Amino acid sequence: MKGKFGIKEVVALGIGTALFVVLTNAQIPLVIVPNTALQVRMAILAFFSAVFGPFVGAGIGLIGHALGDAIFYGSVWWSWVFPEAIVGAAIGFFAKKFAVQEGGFTKGKNIILFILVNIVSNAVAWILAAPVLDILIYKEPVNKVFVQGMFAFFGNILIIGILGTLLMVAYSSISGKSSDLKAEE
Amino acid sequence: MSKMISYEKKNTPIHKLSGFTKLLFFILWCLTSALTFDTRMLLVMIVIGAAIYKIADVKWKQVSGVFLAVMFFMVINLVCIFFFSPYEGCKIYNSRTDIVHLFGNYTLTYQQLFYEFNVFIKYFTVIPSIFIFLVTTDPSELASSMNGIGVPYTISYAMEITLRYIPDIQDEFHKIKNAQEARGIEMSSKGRLLDRIKNTAAIIFPLLFSTMERIEVVSNAMELRGFGKKKKRTWYSQRPLKAADKAAIAFSVGFFVLTMIVTYMDGNRFFNPFV
Repeated sequence: MKGKFGIKEVVALGIGTALFVVLTNAQIPLVIVPNTALQVRMAILAFFSAVFGPFVGAGIGLIGHALGDAIFYGSVWWSWVFPEAIVGAAIGFFAKKFAVQEGGFTKGKNIILFILVNIVSNAVAWILAAPVLDILIYKEPVNKVFVQGMFAFFGNILIIGILGTLLMVAYSSISGKSSDLKAEE
Repeated sequence: MSKMISYEKKNTPIHKLSGFTKLLFFILWCLTSALTFDTRMLLVMIVIGAAIYKIADVKWKQVSGVFLAVMFFMVINLVCIFFFSPYEGCKIYNSRTDIVHLFGNYTLTYQQLFYEFNVFIKYFTVIPSIFIFLVTTDPSELASSMNGIGVPYTISYAMEITLRYIPDIQDEFHKIKNAQEARGIEMSSKGRLLDRIKNTAAIIFPLLFSTMERIEVVSNAMELRGFGKKKKRTWYSQRPLKAADKAAIAFSVGFFVLTMIVTYMDGNRFFNPFV
């Protein structure tokens, strides 16, 4: 895989974002705290980040969240858009290590790394970035935004950890099978 | 399924503006709204937003579903702010005027009401600009506009692909959902959390895999047509900037600067009527 932004990445960013936007509505309600249901789309974000790298991940988080908010809610909560890009970029950063498309994500070592990255990046995004931006932009009460952030954090690590991991393992075991042929060096 | 906002072709002054102008206006408008907390400027923004909304001839039917959803969210949010921090307003405006004692540690104050009113209208200022942008901008013009403000054309093109494929993927989502329901998989919000995740996975798996196939097909097609070989590309739907566009851009920039001056003139982003 080349380091630059090729055709595959352009299309993955485009269609991945479309899928992310469509799934904005596929939420699994968790508790009655505003804007904190289990976001199924986060699993998709994690999947695309892990397969196509940090640019696609950050792009889907950024454009997908802003567009999804705009189309379905008529407003954009910028303070929650940027943290989503952080999660995408962080997971995408380890894309080569996960080796999802090469069939390498069936190993326990890679899955554990993925779950660790998942927890750390979500912690940075929802316990640090989102509340700070909420306070900077909307001047919302400190304790409220941190409680919201905590809910988002647990919701997201749960959905990415379970659904995201399952998706990646399944895809990796399918796409890995066809890689019996090796390119000559 | 919930309602979506989508483009509708019409012949109003706003529709005639180029996508570039509207995108720039939208970004500056959001930035202005994010940076200021000055009640006067926020109110001015709402008036301007309402006026443009009127000129753009947006039908209430097009946006009412989404509007009610956002209102519902905002009401919950405002109630939450009050319960988490009933004296946030007093801290911001450095004064306290009680209205009525509610219960326990909760007293309603004028400052809190005023602060929450500000949060409310701050959210509210963004809404018309989004409605107007989405309803009056031709999606196929969006990519050329993004490229126009300096976004690399690969990213702009990805955005174009997104808008092109949202309806397709939504269709597929419904098809798969119906098929799974026909097979007896429960999609409502009953059942335990883990079951619900499992049932959702029954839709997501086929949807994701067909999406991956789609990516393969589309990127092969683009590769065959030589996408990305040159540093620049032209756009079929790009429109040159007219006098009205320049005026609108000048207005957006001018308004942004004016708001910043009015807001930060007294060294504080809040307008404080209590002093």
